Amino acid sequence: MPEAHLGGNDNSVPTLREEVEDFLYQEAALLDEWRLDEWLALFTVDGRYVVPTTDLPEGDPKKELVFIDDDMVRLRARVERLKSRHGHREYPWSRTRRFITNVRVKRLEGHNILVTSSFVVYRFRMGDTSPYVGWYEHRLKQVDGELKIQHKRTVLDMETLREHGAVSIIL
Amino acid sequence: MVELRGLIIDNPKDGIFRVHRSAMTSPEILQMEQERVFNKCWLYLCHESEVENPGDYRRRNVAGRPLFFARGSDGKVRVFLNTCTHRGALICRRDQGNTEVLQCFYHAWTFNNHGELIGVPDEAGYGKGFNRAEMGLKSPPRVDNYRGFIFISFNPDVEDLMTYLADARDYIDLIVDQAEEGMRIIPGSNRYFIKANWKLLVENSLDGYHVKPTHKTYFEYVTSLGVKTSAVQTAFGRPARALGNGHAVEEHDGVRGRPIARWSPLFGEETKEEIARIRARLVEKFGEQRTRLMADVSRNLLVYPNLIIIDSIDITVRIFWPITPELMEVTAWQLAPKEEKGELLARRLDNFLTFHGPGGFATPDDVEAIESCQAGYKAEGVEWSELSRGMHREAIAEDELQLRAFWRQWYGYMLGRGKVDTKDPVVRERSSAAS
Repeated sequence: MPEAHLGGNDNSVPTLREEVEDFLYQEAALLDEWRLDEWLALFTVDGRYVVPTTDLPEGDPKKELVFIDDDMVRLRARVERLKSRHGHREYPWSRTRRFITNVRVKRLEGHNILVTSSFVVYRFRMGDTSPYVGWYEHRLKQVDGELKIQHKRTVLDMETLREHGAVSIIL
Repeated sequence: MVELRGLIIDNPKDGIFRVHRSAMTSPEILQMEQERVFNKCWLYLCHESEVENPGDYRRRNVAGRPLFFARGSDGKVRVFLNTCTHRGALICRRDQGNTEVLQCFYHAWTFNNHGELIGVPDEAGYGKGFNRAEMGLKSPPRVDNYRGFIFISFNPDVEDLMTYLADARDYIDLIVDQAEEGMRIIPGSNRYFIKANWKLLVENSLDGYHVKPTHKTYFEYVTSLGVKTSAVQTAFGRPARALGNGHAVEEHDGVRGRPIARWSPLFGEETKEEIARIRARLVEKFGEQRTRLMADVSRNLLVYPNLIIIDSIDITVRIFWPITPELMEVTAWQLAPKEEKGELLARRLDNFLTFHGPGGFATPDDVEAIESCQAGYKAEGVEWSELSRGMHREAIAEDELQLRAFWRQWYGYMLGRGKVDTKDPVVRERSSAAS
């Protein structure tokens, strides 16, 4: 793991936050470009992807209802579904654009990094515009010198899925 | 004024049933539905477990009207119109909470959680005609509870809830009886909108015909996990039934195990014993036959006009309200036995997420399908929706008998005829000939 320079002024060595931001931007680009297999490869083998409901942002998937709680088996199936012409809500694929900001590197535990950020994901399809707004919590881990996602939690700020009808894209 | 007569073609002789597509697009028809359906029927509001403790309250819109319900300090659940009796402001302005008193923020009138007006600032400013006792929060004309499901009606003359529910009661019983300590709504709800007429979600929720073609990716996923589907079983002889008053059910064999009470390898060895114990309890209490109906058969139940209960590996409670002819608001919850905890509860929720819900592998495609129908109606040139499937035979789950039951009752209400016979005439003749 490269040494972290929190808030350092040395432009030749990326700070940890710059490194994390690059990672988040790269993840967003893979999703916007529908390069879903490459996106999947960003996860650790025990990765998890969770989206709580709009009315219970702190929801615990073990005992409360959430929108999405994917282990890697289901996440892989989700990707296969999105690549299939039978994933009707996303066939043809919507156009999306992700904006990520307010990146905060909150904690370091050994090789683990906890990152929170704010997002807007615009989705355009069939004449509709549906923006998803919220914040991410990424638990990142250094694996063989590369950052990987061990846990991604996407928390939505909207009150309902009024414009969206579903969470049919990966957020 | 739109002409209602002729909106439905119901021709058993030729086995033809069609609905005019203006039923899904006309603002006038939606306005009439408000008066003739939603202001006439019993409507689902909530499950009593949502206000478990004295003082608990939640707000919810029913047929476009703001309501809230509260468990009073005396333990009784009451339902109120969410409007101050003074000048109209919303009294309950949080989605949920717990309180002994609710105060209107506008002029600080204060009500207790029984709905009584207990505080009026400067009450001396009112004359002798002002009677505080008459100014309590108002309730809908009728409120009743069937086995934990609370319904309201804006129609003071509506028949009692038990009679209204007709044969749908048997299916609610099959669900509620699964629990040892009663059912509860799990925290967290799915709230989403669909750009389609509300009746299209009634159809979709009961429609067995679309399941295989539309949800191919779901079946591919469960097949990849090693799940095999088996032969269809049914609870009461027929997989699709009209239950009276527009209620209807479609039944099928569950493709996976159920926490109550059919073990599947997907649940893990560690749950095997507990599921066997639950099944033994059901058999002891209800007998072998009824246990099979409860634990092995899955069902999609419509309680007319717009409550869907999907009793499969999980139990989904789904309600939806029209906003415009081409837009509805959907809310869905998960129902589970109060005593269910740990791995079994986790498995139930896990299943819900795989198929149901806006992030599942199936619900988004249902949303897409009915939005697609609504979009297709704009082509206009095709006037009718075709719902004749299985009208000429003893209906199977993939037929449309249960959809016709809904539509016949809808038509009955819209024409002001009240309750009508919703069964397929062909089937009725056959069964009366047999008896």
